[in-house]
Amino acid sequence: MNFVAFKMLTGDKAKYLGLVFTIAFCTFLLQNQTSIFAGILKRTGSQIADVTDAEVWVMDPKTEYFEQTKALKDTDLTRVRGVDGVQWAVKLFKGSPVARTLDGKFAVSFCLGLDDATLTGAPRKMLLGSWERLREPDAVVIDQAGYVLLFPGEPLQLDRTVELNDHKATIVGISDASAPFVSWPVMHTRYSQAVNFVGRERTQLSYVLVRPQPGVDANELCRRIEAQTGLRARTSNQFRWDCVLYYLKNTGIPVNFGITIAIALIVGIVVAGQTFYLFTVENLKQFGAIKAIGVTNGRLIGMILLQAFTVGLIGFSIGTGMAGEFFNFFGQKVATRGIILMWQSVALTCACMVLVMVLASILSLRRVLVLEPAIVFRG
Amino acid sequence: MSAKLIPAVQCRDLRKDFGVGATQVQVLRGVNFDALQGQLTFLVGPSGCGKTTLISVIAGLLDSSAGEVELFNQKVEKFSASERILFRRKNLGFVYQQYNLLPALTAVENAAVPLLAAGVRRREAVDQAKAVLVKLGMEERLDTLPSKLSGGQQQRVALARALVHEPRLILCDEPTAALDHATGEAVMDLLAGNAVHPDRAVIVVTHDTRVFHYADAIARMDDGRIAKTELRQPLETPELDSVTAFA
Repeated sequence: MNFVAFKMLTGDKAKYLGLVFTIAFCTFLLQNQTSIFAGILKRTGSQIADVTDAEVWVMDPKTEYFEQTKALKDTDLTRVRGVDGVQWAVKLFKGSPVARTLDGKFAVSFCLGLDDATLTGAPRKMLLGSWERLREPDAVVIDQAGYVLLFPGEPLQLDRTVELNDHKATIVGISDASAPFVSWPVMHTRYSQAVNFVGRERTQLSYVLVRPQPGVDANELCRRIEAQTGLRARTSNQFRWDCVLYYLKNTGIPVNFGITIAIALIVGIVVAGQTFYLFTVENLKQFGAIKAIGVTNGRLIGMILLQAFTVGLIGFSIGTGMAGEFFNFFGQKVATRGIILMWQSVALTCACMVLVMVLASILSLRRVLVLEPAIVFRG
Repeated sequence: MSAKLIPAVQCRDLRKDFGVGATQVQVLRGVNFDALQGQLTFLVGPSGCGKTTLISVIAGLLDSSAGEVELFNQKVEKFSASERILFRRKNLGFVYQQYNLLPALTAVENAAVPLLAAGVRRREAVDQAKAVLVKLGMEERLDTLPSKLSGGQQQRVALARALVHEPRLILCDEPTAALDHATGEAVMDLLAGNAVHPDRAVIVVTHDTRVFHYADAIARMDDGRIAKTELRQPLETPELDSVTAFA
């Protein structure tokens, strides 16, 4: 009878395609919005993720997310180095100077000042040039998106000059740094140089980057640093989640995306559920004829579930394919780089679609199960 | 000449009510009815007299309120719900006024549905259905959808569906009502020629007096009861109410 169920489903092409594309667009919308949402939030911790050398970030106790920094004292670095289990600890500066090109184009930028000696935290994915050249005077590495922003329409080229807060800087490398939450250029330079670009204050140290000794757990080391220094210490992963949670809690992003996702889900359930329900109701007489012939309720349940999950699977596959193509296309654009179709989004959407089809099936099943087969004798 | 025929269907004091209290309607008011194997029995009467309800109860599609239905010496009331479905699947075939073919299935696939419901493999079921349809003169339209068939052709497919699993009782509800006279005659010819079998009973509910001459027996129903049963020729039959003969 699976064959009969399948033919009943596909026999009415208009309804069948309507159902499939309802599920497909609902799937696309859900995957699209959840992935973009996750991608945007992931950007809040991009600069943390890009530092692969260190596992622990030490900061002012009141720091809640990456952009919010309060300078530490230079002695804090020494205190952190003195904690048992620290293999090494280096300083990191974060400032926001204005970058200006010679033809007047300007933009506020992220300027990350790396430890002069080790260049810990330097971008490892370089598109052009070399991060080792940061040791040269006035050298900066800029990310590709920043370069495109400051030099629109021009090919990537090294040794160009920009001004950072009126200080001359030379581009010695173009990195593929992860996209930051705001679309500012990301500049990497040496610590000693970065503080000059931004302007001297009494204290300059934004973060201390720490590598635990081999065998020392990063979480445990964070606890020791906090206990001994009174500073806040987070593993890279914890700090990234801090950023995500900060934006979730303090911005309208989750509400806006949540509304779209909820609407997609409701539209999916209502439209797909109603279309499938109507499809079953319009076929009630056919189900009655099948019931009269001697098909059991169990078999009818199987037939309806087969119909529901066939359209669900086909619609979900088409929607996922559309979402995949969407992210494949936009993932190559500078502005939307790094926003990908996440497997978690696919899994979540799959669960939602199963829910949609189960609800639609339950509504339809109710009508079929209470159907009196004697309906077939009514003209 | 008389012959000993075995009853396929026996209804005794059969009652069926719909609704309760003030809205209760008594549709069957003590029906005594027999249909014999090897015969084409017509169930006739005015609209609303309870013919369709009677065959629905006989088929086990509706429960009776009181009385007994025996099909091939088995009491329908004693069957559990699942036994009733299995019994129906194996022993009953249906032909409806509106054909009730599945519009998405071809003629041969429609005819194969009872076999598919019984778990027969698709290829085997389709082969058997094809053989029955060929017998009914449908060899040219095997792969045609119902929407492309005439009323008479659709009814032939419905007939093939009723016959394909070789049931012991075929119930037809107004099989010629939606057809013109010539097509109705053709369908009745096929029904009489293919469905009637010594081990099988055929009950036809109809208003269509033009096809009465196909009947071996005519049970006339009125107001929820069998008013009279007429036989083409006298038979040695179990107690039939108000039996008369017709030419």
